[in-house]
Amino acid sequence: MTTFTPTTSDEVLSTVAWAVAEESPLEILGHGSKRGIGRPLQTEHTLDLSKLTGVTLYEPAELVLSAKAGTPLAEIERLLAENGQQLAFEPMDYGPLLGGEPGKGTIGGVLAANLSGPRRLKAGAARDHILGINVVSGRGEAFKSGGRVVKNVTGYDMSKLMANSWGTLAVFTDVTFKVLPAAETEVTLAIRGLLDDAAASAMALALGCSAEVSSAAHLPERIAARVAGGTLGSDAATLLRVEGFGPSVAYRIAALKTLFANAGPLQEISGEASRLIWRDVRDIRPFADGSEKPVWRVSMTPSQGHQMVLTLRMQAAVSAFYDWQGGLVWLRMEEGDPEAALLRGLLRKHGGGHATLVRAAPAHRAAVPVFEPQAPHLAALSARLKAEFDPKAILNPGRMAPGVGSATLGIAT
Amino acid sequence: MSGLAMPKPDDATMRRRDEIVADMRIIVPGEGVVDAANAMRAFESDGLTAYRQLPLVVVLPETVAQVSRVLKYCNDRNIRVVPRGSGTSLSGGALPLEDAVLLVMSRFNRILEIDFPNRVVVVQPGVTNLGITTAVEQEGFYYAPDPSSQIACSIGGNVAENSGGVHCLKYGLTANNVLGIEMVLMNGEVVRLGGSHLDAEGYDLLGVMTGSEGLLGVVTEVTVRILKKPETARALLIGFPTSEQGGQCVADIIGAGIIPGGMEMMDRPAIHAAEDFVHAGYPLDVEALLIVELDGPGVEVDHLITAVEAIAIRNGSTTCRISQSEQERLSFWAGRKAAFPAVGRISPDYYCMDGTIPRKELPRVLAGMRELSEKYGLGVANVFHAGDGNLHPLILYDANVPGELDKAESFGADILRLCVKVGGVLTGEHGVGVEKRDLMPEMFNQIDLDQQMRVKCAFDPNHLLNPGKVFPQLRRCAELGRMHISGGKLPFPDIPRF
Ligand SMILES: Cc1cc2nc3c(=O)[nH]c(=O)nc-3n(C[C@H](O)[C@H](O)[C@H](O)COP(=O)(O)OP(=O)(O)OC[C@H]3O[C@@H](n4cnc5c(N)ncnc54)[C@H](O)[C@@H]3O)c2cc1C
Ligand SMILES: Cc1cc2nc3c(=O)[nH]c(=O)nc-3n(C[C@H](O)[C@H](O)[C@H](O)COP(=O)(O)OP(=O)(O)OC[C@H]3O[C@@H](n4cnc5c(N)ncnc54)[C@H](O)[C@@H]3O)c2cc1C
Repeated sequence: MTTFTPTTSDEVLSTVAWAVAEESPLEILGHGSKRGIGRPLQTEHTLDLSKLTGVTLYEPAELVLSAKAGTPLAEIERLLAENGQQLAFEPMDYGPLLGGEPGKGTIGGVLAANLSGPRRLKAGAARDHILGINVVSGRGEAFKSGGRVVKNVTGYDMSKLMANSWGTLAVFTDVTFKVLPAAETEVTLAIRGLLDDAAASAMALALGCSAEVSSAAHLPERIAARVAGGTLGSDAATLLRVEGFGPSVAYRIAALKTLFANAGPLQEISGEASRLIWRDVRDIRPFADGSEKPVWRVSMTPSQGHQMVLTLRMQAAVSAFYDWQGGLVWLRMEEGDPEAALLRGLLRKHGGGHATLVRAAPAHRAAVPVFEPQAPHLAALSARLKAEFDPKAILNPGRMAPGVGSATLGIAT
Repeated sequence: MSGLAMPKPDDATMRRRDEIVADMRIIVPGEGVVDAANAMRAFESDGLTAYRQLPLVVVLPETVAQVSRVLKYCNDRNIRVVPRGSGTSLSGGALPLEDAVLLVMSRFNRILEIDFPNRVVVVQPGVTNLGITTAVEQEGFYYAPDPSSQIACSIGGNVAENSGGVHCLKYGLTANNVLGIEMVLMNGEVVRLGGSHLDAEGYDLLGVMTGSEGLLGVVTEVTVRILKKPETARALLIGFPTSEQGGQCVADIIGAGIIPGGMEMMDRPAIHAAEDFVHAGYPLDVEALLIVELDGPGVEVDHLITAVEAIAIRNGSTTCRISQSEQERLSFWAGRKAAFPAVGRISPDYYCMDGTIPRKELPRVLAGMRELSEKYGLGVANVFHAGDGNLHPLILYDANVPGELDKAESFGADILRLCVKVGGVLTGEHGVGVEKRDLMPEMFNQIDLDQQMRVKCAFDPNHLLNPGKVFPQLRRCAELGRMHISGGKLPFPDIPRF
């Protein structure tokens, strides 16, 4: 087993070209922070990008930043913060959930996993902010797509295609993201004591009014106590975040208070306390328990989330909380079995979407399709696409679906 | 045009035209098949009217099953297909081919579902962009991306072009506001991507489909995100003695953390043409005119108006008007919105370009354009989506003067080369189509283009869907699939490894 640690794009290219010639698969590694996700890999060699680092362009007034793919996310976020800017899609950190160190992860990994956070509702995910890429395909060829400007329809948007590809199409060497001003002020309104269905209605009402709520999450009873060091107490908390300029935030929070005057006890949380809550919601802190109990990430129609959980509860012991107005359901399976078939069957009955097993013991991750199996035509299309980028299945073979060959990518077993 | 090489018509298809028309009538009964030359005239070009071509036959399907059967029929018989929405493309994306079925999606015009709690609307692709907003505005909602062509262009065409509009600076492009589609592949397979949930379970095929100019699949259903209308909107109309000052003002507004709902700039020729046409009250003694619109709750808008005004004054604005009423706000926009027809009044013809540049390069690019304008002896007026660096130079020419169209096209190509040179791109929102097809090598090398064509191969291995668009040279998929392996020598012996 060899680990290659290139420091330049050319070295990445020649390493992949060599692996192609040898037909010797590579595991693509950023910081190893999301190693618990996806199917376990057994490759002979590793391509470690953690030394391919450095911000190569940052022009705050142009709202653009380019970096080598192995640049730590933390470094980029620090640089942006110094300039009052941010990655508006708020990339989450899987470290705490997967028992790793918090604050790890590379900018390449952010794109490869299409990360986002509670602000996804309003600001989108990594896919919505990527402007351009330089990559090396599994054919051992370096190519680029996109550029450094926001408005660009010159050729296919290959950058978006890289989002959520988990290193199975190409190795990124450079990425360019759109950056945005960080909000001057943030305030969270918490409605306390709501049951899941009332919370879903409240969140829909909040998102459907002009208060421009940027995030809406619901932490059921007891789960609420597991964020921000327990400062929220254990009563259920339905959280509505409002961000922007001071006078505007004050006005919009007041509007929400009027709207929810009779919904339940209201609590206003601002500044650092608010930021801490959303960071912990983003990073799934309530389930960062050091265990290997299966954790699912389910993206679905917001109004259906709590209904699916209700049905699921009749057949399995689960803990759940909700982000994205209820459309992102985090589930912990309390009895240790992922119950993949049960969950995915219910998901289909509740409007569809996708369920990803983001934490589980290795045996379960090997046995259960970690990513949502696709319908046959779509799976076949994805497999054809994989073959066009990585015909010899050199890059992270089997990471997204069983089988080393590209032909089996995405197909359920 | 004379210089544009399109794929050579397939003789076998041309010979079998009658049979193909008859078969199309079986698949799409009723009024849905048009084969008379005079009736097909209406479809011979899109918004890029310099290029015209009658198709083999026009087919207007009404159901997904019909689309699927048409495509499978054509795929099995090696017949080319060109999808079309409303035909407003400015890059010739919907230009027919002599030997191709023109698949017109305009009868897919129903709104299928409006879901206010989840803020999504499901529509057929022939519904117009504005039609979506119209369907939800009684509840105070709207669909944010707003191309100027919104009363006519279809949402299917918007997906194919990843269209933008004035509001996209703050609210994103089509790609950021579409949550799902249903599409039919060239082989007839129906595939659904996304839905009323967020993000893809696998590869982001929705992301690639958006902006793929009808080359990968035919969109038969679209799910979009709708937003609540902002409570208020007000605008500033700001004039500057130089475009540098206008550009710096834009940079400073963004530098202050303000992302306006819209931020548009016009240069002197565009200002004059617009003012002469609609009498919006634009100042005529400025080189650059900036319209900045702020939207949101009243307190926020008031707060930001004050901030933007201060920034404008700091940058040496010579006029700065703030709209005091909805009527005044609309009057600020009237000139900008009428800029194209206004330019149409001062010149027999105009040619609209669409490059994007890093904003700070604006003065350099405007200066370069002035030089080119002298070189070619043609005028140019500029409207500019200033917030996101998307330029629309309008080249003035007269098609009746022999050689002027060719000159205008060469001028346009030089402008786009300049955009690429300063770090920008060939097209911000109008698409490559046939218009910018042969300029693609300015931005991409052969490896880049080959990999894009390989994406096409995964969707349509025989290059039957909208061929001759986007890619300057079509390479067969079998040839693209070949690997050239350089030999197994261990790379960079000095790369650290352990
Ligand atoms: C000892 C050992 C045990 C392992 N056990 C497991 C296991 O049990 N289960 C399992 O699933 N995996 C396992 N892995 C593999 C693990 O998945 C990899 O560590 C993973 O590929 C690393 O991604 P990351 O955590 O660095 O995350 P990130 O750096 O955040 O990357 C996330 C994803 O992005 C991809 N990526 C990162 N940077 C780039 C880039 N520049 N270009 C393209 N793609 C990129 C990665 O391949 C990965 O798919 C193991 C690896 C080792 C060495
Ligand atoms: C006056 C005017 C102003 C304009 N302003 C703007 C603007 O502000 N911003 C902007 O972005 N654009 C603008 N445009 C360009 C144009 O309106 C957009 O590109 C629009 O999205 C095209 O939509 P359409 O329905 O007319 O598509 P068409 O012109 O019919 O087709 C465009 C492309 O989409 C493909 N296509 C159409 N429907 C489908 C489908 N269902 N499935 C697959 N492929 C399909 C076609 O093959 C073609 O390649 C303007 C055009 C005009 C004439």
